[in-house]
Order: sequence, then C-alpha cells, then structure tokens
Amino acid sequence: MIALQKRPTPSRALSLATPLIAVLITMIMGGALFAVLGKNPLEAIRTIFYDPVFGEFAFYYRPQLLVKAAPLVLIAIGLSLGFKAGIWNIGAEGQYIIGAICGAAVGLAFYPTESRLIFPLMILAGALGGWAWGMIPAFLKVRFGTNEILVSLMLVYVADQLLASMSLGLLRNPEGMGFPGSRNFSDFPAASSWINEAAGLHWGMAFAFIAVIFAYVLLNRHILGFNIRLTGEAPRAARFAGVNPTRLILFCLGTSGALAGLAGLFEVTGPSGQINIDFASGYGFTAIIVAFLGRLHPVGILLAALLMALTYVGGDLAQGNLGLPSAAIQVFQGMLLFFLLALDLLTNYRVVLKKKGAA
Amino acid sequence: MKLTKLLTGATLALGLATTAMADPTKVGFVYVGPVGDGGWTYEHDKGRKAVEAAFGDKVETTFVENVPEGADAERVITQMALQGADLIFTTSFGYMDPTINVAKKFPKVKFEHATGYKQADNVSVYSARFYEGRAVQGHIAGHMTKTNKIGYIASFPIPEVIRGINSAYIHAKKVNPDVEFSIIWAYTWFDPAKEADAAKALIEQGADVILQHTDSTAPQAAAQAAGNVITFGQASDMGEYAPFPRVSSIIDEWGPYYVARTQAVMDGTWESVSTWDGIGAGMVGIGEISDAVPADVKAEALALVDALADGSYHAFTGPLNKQDGTPWLAEGEVAQDYSDDGLAGMSFYVEGITAEIPN
Repeated sequence: MIALQKRPTPSRALSLATPLIAVLITMIMGGALFAVLGKNPLEAIRTIFYDPVFGEFAFYYRPQLLVKAAPLVLIAIGLSLGFKAGIWNIGAEGQYIIGAICGAAVGLAFYPTESRLIFPLMILAGALGGWAWGMIPAFLKVRFGTNEILVSLMLVYVADQLLASMSLGLLRNPEGMGFPGSRNFSDFPAASSWINEAAGLHWGMAFAFIAVIFAYVLLNRHILGFNIRLTGEAPRAARFAGVNPTRLILFCLGTSGALAGLAGLFEVTGPSGQINIDFASGYGFTAIIVAFLGRLHPVGILLAALLMALTYVGGDLAQGNLGLPSAAIQVFQGMLLFFLLALDLLTNYRVVLKKKGAA
Repeated sequence: MKLTKLLTGATLALGLATTAMADPTKVGFVYVGPVGDGGWTYEHDKGRKAVEAAFGDKVETTFVENVPEGADAERVITQMALQGADLIFTTSFGYMDPTINVAKKFPKVKFEHATGYKQADNVSVYSARFYEGRAVQGHIAGHMTKTNKIGYIASFPIPEVIRGINSAYIHAKKVNPDVEFSIIWAYTWFDPAKEADAAKALIEQGADVILQHTDSTAPQAAAQAAGNVITFGQASDMGEYAPFPRVSSIIDEWGPYYVARTQAVMDGTWESVSTWDGIGAGMVGIGEISDAVPADVKAEALALVDALADGSYHAFTGPLNKQDGTPWLAEGEVAQDYSDDGLAGMSFYVEGITAEIPN
C-alpha cells in the first residue's frame, strides 16, 4: 500500500523551487509529447519559450506578452489575497465580464464626446461593477453562510448571459449592420485604454504593476495583510487575535472583484476592442492557475503570469510554424499545472510504503 | 505609429527576400475551431489542402486552429504576416476587425476575410449563399415531418443565421402549411455538449426534424439516439450519419475559391473583391439526398437545386411579409443583396415564425 505521510517541516527551499522544477519537467515531458507527434522537440520548446522573447520578431511578441499577462496579473493578485485567507473566489471570470460591461457602458454613453474625464470614469465604473459582482457571494456568505465557491462560480454563467444580452441589445453597435457586438473602442480615442497601441502598451499594464506593489505592501507592512495571512495559516489563532472574519470576507471578495473588473475594463477598451458575445476568454479561470503557480506571492504572480502568457503566445507560434495541433499545446499547459501540484504534494508529504493490514 | 513603420519595414525586407529567392507562395489560415470539428473548420482545412494539392511545391500553407475571436486573433494574424505570409485567409466572422487592423500594418500582404463586410485595398471578403442550401433543406424537412415541428439549432443572431432560418421556414411552409419552427440559440459555433443538449431539448418538444447552424456532429448523434428524427449535415457532408438520420447536407466548397485566389497572388493579379457565391458557382454543395427521402420528394428537391443553380428561381421570392405583417417583397419580387431590407444585413424573421430574435 502506498500512503502519504505529512512531513513535519517541509523544505522551504524546495517549496520555492517547485515552480521552476515543474517548468523543467513540463519541458521534458512536453518535448517527449512533441517528439511522439513527429516534431523536433528542441525546436518546439525553443519556439514556445525562446522565440517570443529573443527570436527574430521579438520586438512584436514582447509587448504581446504584456498584453496577455496584464489581465492575468490583475486578477490573480486579487484572488491571491482571498486564497491566502482561505476565501475561494472562483468566479473572477464573471467579475471580469461585469467590469467590462459596466465600464464600456459608461464610455459608450458618452460616445462620441471627447473628454479627458471619460476614461477615468470608465475605470471607476469597471472597478465598481467587478466589486459589486464579487460582493454578491461575499454578502451571501456572511449573511446566510453560503459557499462562496459555488455562488461565485454560478455567477460566471449569469454574467455570460448578461454579456450575450448586452451584445445583442443595449450595447449593440447601431451601425453594425445587425451583427452583435458594441462599437469598437479603437474608433473612440477618449475611451481607449491604449497608452501607445503601436508599442503595445495599455493602462492595464500600469495598473497591474501598481496592484503588485500594493499587494506586496499590504501583505508585508499592513495589519490587514497580517490578518489575511494569519487567518489562512492559523484560523483559531486569528480568532483569538480578534480578526473579524466578516470584514475579511467582504474585503477579499470585494477587492478581487474590483481588480477583475478593472482587468475586464482595460481588456475591452484595448486589446479586445468591443463588448461581444465571446469577449470572455477564460482569463478569470487561468488567473487561478497563475495565482498558485506564483505561490500566492505578488512577485511570484507577476512572473507566473508572464510564463503563462509565454505558453499562449509561444503556443500559437508553434502551431503556425511547426504545425503542432492546438490540443497538444493545451496538454502542454495542463502538464505545467499538473506537475506543479504533484510537486507541491511531494514537498508537503512523503510517500511511504505500508504493509497491508498494518494501518 | 513607430511600430507600423517597423513592421512595414520588416515586411518590405521579407518581401524583397522572398522575390529574390523565388520562395514558395506562403498562405496562412486562421481557424475558429479545431480542424477535426467535422464541420466549418474541417471544410476550410479541406480548402487549404486543395491549395496544396493544386500547387505542390510552389506553395507553403500554415494554419492555427482554435483561435478565439478578439485580441488573440489579431496576434495570430500578425504572426503569420510577420513570418512572411503572402496571403492570409481568416475564416470566421469575428476576425473582421482584427483582420482590418493587421491589414493596415501590412499593406503588401493580401487578406481574405470570410463572412464579413469590411473591405480594404488588401482585404477581400467572401462568403457563400448558404441560404440557397437552406431552401432545399426546408423543402425536404416540410415533406418529411410528421409532427409538423421542426427544431432549429442556431448559433448567433447574425444576418447569415437569420437568413438561413427564414429560407428554411419559407420553403418548409410552402410544402406543408402546418409546419412550426422551434429555435434554440446555442451562442456557439462549436460546442458538442451544448449542441447535443439543444438537440435533445428540441426532440423532447416533439420535433422530428433537426436543422443545425452549428458545426459539430453532436446533433446528428442525438437524433440517431432518438431513432425517428432526421437531420442534415452542416458545413460538411457528415456522411457518417447517412442514410439516416442525415438525409442530406449543405456542404461548403471553399477549395476552388482558395485555389483561384492563391493563383491570383502568384500571378500578381490579386484585387480586393467581395464574393458571394451560391450553388450555381459551386461554393455551396448539396450532399446526396439519401433513400430515406421518398423518390418524388427527392426529385422535387433536385429540381429546386437546379433552379437555384441556374438562377431561374431565387430563394427569397415574393410575396413575403415580415414577421410583424408589414410587406417585404411584392408578388414576384426577389430580395436585394444590399439594400435597407436586403439579405446582407437581414435582422428580421418572415411572417409565420412565432419565435423572437434575441435582443
């Protein structure tokens, strides 16, 4: 019988090194997968990990990595606060959608006015929308003791329906020839999140960096951050220390909702360009992986988001250049999470062989 | 617009390099689904293979599948242009704005966007008159239904889909005045699970004919399981479900168009055009009508195919009213492609359909 035994003191060094080891194992196993598919594994790995950053067209892909990573950072930072305290917001995707809808709606209401005030208002509306959507599971949890995992997840599907309804109804482009989708924000400079579109820079990136710094300071220098960590690591001790769980739940779900809403707003007014039925592209779910890959640490999340972005951008590159099927790329991304979780388990537990009947 | 200059410079350099070395013509394809979807993307990929078969070593094709519509599409299209593609086919409606954006940065590269309406000097648009195939479907369906209930799995409420519903309804009603349509909007082009659910729901409501405007074979499988329900292949022949439940199909034939456009690029005669071809030009094929259809119905259906092909009959011929009863086409009048109530932007049902277009 194989059994798992908790290690009394898990190695701290190993725990920090697991993401790197997981990436290495993923490269090896992924390379094997690509070899089985008849591709040169070294070339495939190079195309995914090296070419976007240092290859011939890196000048285009580097900003694209930031475009892809910025929403992941924003959302994952918010999620990590809750995850640290054992508050599980699984519905960031919904908060992302609602943030985008609210922000876009405010902007479109002013179309085609040109004013410097429009974009800040939209940012506010986006954050508020995401915050409100995050407060629903928070309120239900503190008031009725519902499970925030289920409620926040279910609200994603509600948000999806709202998105479809907005694309076909209220926010539909009146000049869109009857097709669904709002006006494109690229035709509305006052409401665009691009700082410099040609260079691939938008405000979401600036906010992502601010969020990283904000989270770092909060967790390391502020009593609220201390309470969050304490609640996650020792709930009983936290209660004795007088931590108010209700306030913590409201803060964590509200903040992660607001950050997800901001991510949605910056995405819709920049890279995506319009509210449309298929606007949601899974950032809210991918950010969960990013949060854990980054060890729930602000700087770790920043690096993890860049790594995830790399597998997406490099993955598309490998498809186009090497003819790898997209399913192989998805398996490759799945491997990364799988090996990370497996290594996490082995860091905290030891595998022991027990004789049958001994237990 | 520094990057624009840089990008143009890069393409210019590449363009010079390609002519100097007489490299093969590079043709890229961007797909919204997987090449194995058995429907829409599968047929586009057959078109790509037709290009390879026609030109052999003189052409080099690449494709990226499962590309979400939006920011990712823009990156993938740019990637192809950067890698030196001479001609790029973007094969889903949602790639319209990304295609136009990338085309602005790469004036030397030719783009072909499927099913959209935005043209540019280096962007052509092309689509097929699928509604002609729908007319044949409706004709057979009206004859074959015993419950007089026809289920329709629609994807997105865009003109192309609404045209299909109207055309099928008009021709079913013509041969069976008691026929009723139930329409389910799946809000997806390809999602086997959702499509199967929709098919099952329609069958439970009493439909014994299922028409689909989604790309997977899941509705075919659901009909097969039900046992007494007929279906039609969509985008692809779906012949593995013949002769029953699949009694016929609408087949997209992109190959000849793709070959012709590639030839035009090679010859230097490529021009931006808007192509909208039907059965007559061979872009829409009608799959073999199986023996499950009575011989006289089959003969009538084939006569309808011939009439549509030679132009002696138009699928939208008056007298026809809109759903609200207002007149649309007078006796003998045929619908215009581009006019206020034209086919290109069709956003209303014809009289007799009881459902409402989602709004």
